[in-house]
Amino acid sequence: MSDTHTIRQYEEELRQIKEKVLRLGGLVEEGIANSIKALVERDTQLAERTIENDHVVNGLEVEIDELCLKVLALRQPAASDLRLITTAVKIITDLERIGDMAVNVCERVMELNDEPPLKPYIDIPRMAVAAQRMLKESLDAFVNGDTDLATKVLREDDFVDDLNRQIFRELLTFMMEEPNTKGKVIRHIKQALEG
Amino acid sequence: MVDEKIKAEVRNLNFYYGSVKALKDINLNIAEKKVTALIGPSGCGKTTYLRCFNRMHDLYPNNRYEGEIILHPDALNIAGPDIDPIEVRMRISMVFQRPNPFPKTIYENVAYGPRVRGIRRRSELDERVEKSLRGAAIWEEAKDRLHDLAFNLSGGQQQRLCIARALATDPEILLFDEPTSALDPIATAKIEELILELKKEVTILIVTHNMQQAARVSDYTAFMYIGELIEFDKTEKVFTVPSHKLTEDYITGRFG
Repeated sequence: MSDTHTIRQYEEELRQIKEKVLRLGGLVEEGIANSIKALVERDTQLAERTIENDHVVNGLEVEIDELCLKVLALRQPAASDLRLITTAVKIITDLERIGDMAVNVCERVMELNDEPPLKPYIDIPRMAVAAQRMLKESLDAFVNGDTDLATKVLREDDFVDDLNRQIFRELLTFMMEEPNTKGKVIRHIKQALEG
Repeated sequence: MVDEKIKAEVRNLNFYYGSVKALKDINLNIAEKKVTALIGPSGCGKTTYLRCFNRMHDLYPNNRYEGEIILHPDALNIAGPDIDPIEVRMRISMVFQRPNPFPKTIYENVAYGPRVRGIRRRSELDERVEKSLRGAAIWEEAKDRLHDLAFNLSGGQQQRLCIARALATDPEILLFDEPTSALDPIATAKIEELILELKKEVTILIVTHNMQQAARVSDYTAFMYIGELIEFDKTEKVFTVPSHKLTEDYITGRFG
């Protein structure tokens, strides 16, 4: 008995699924980071590049989806392997959506860059950093089967929620003076974080 | 197992081939009119366990049972020393790995058990033969050739004939020992479909090396390892979230 499968090719396929989910997570993290960097630095070019790069995320999502389907059909996985694969299929859908949210942020950045800045961004970058960490940790918890880490990530979500409410309240006054400015951005970041 | 009616209670069952202990303190309840699958690597004792139910081991000397297999509704301990194995086999029939029809006609294969039971009237025998062949989903294929030799049937048909033969004595439990390992996928699917049909009337115990088969046909699954019962639970649970690491390793293919 051992912790690896008797059929080495099957073992390799499961390893690939985990590795590709991590890679997809890395790309999405990068998307969040770049979208916020583009926002803070008013960098329209970076926003455009981030939007363009989203097709890599979409492509990898399809690739993992097909790999999972293949393993389901050919290996008839059971127990923890089955749960790994069905969970991976759900996770990549979420990751792809977070990627789309980063694209949405970038699109708003491009609109905002046509207007004068309102105030320096302090808490939005903090929120983005927390969200990236949660994303990374949740995927680490998934591939390593680490329930303690998963529980920690669940708690971290409260911090992001608090920040969201705080920023929203802060910006409310600005929005009353000048409607249609920051509210959109906040909403999209919040969606990205919870995606 | 809380809501199920129990057909057989296995209590502290030990079994010895001479001095070799092949089953170690097995405790397991068999639910009535459900399919219970026994899985585990070769040599784990699943076939030994199955064969305790119809006293197959009595055919060889030096084999010894300890513990009880209580058959309900009459609470008869079929593992007890003073039980007539022939009577047990009337109530608990077995189907083997390879189809093993008698070298007789299709009709005589099925009529054999009822004849042993003392049924002589032709009309009654005819009725039993038809009912059993229908029950084993082979009537349509066999009705026009009842007096052909059973060996002229295909492998899958022969296996269904053996199931019909097992049904002919109106058993309460049917034992299947890897019933499809010698059959092609279509014949296998027919047997599996038949098992699901049969469980409306009888309690079924099946030994299989094909884990997908256990997953497809059984309501409960028992995982055995070196003579011990490691895990017993609803099949759905065993194949999605097994409780024991050994079970997990076995069903995911991490053994060996």
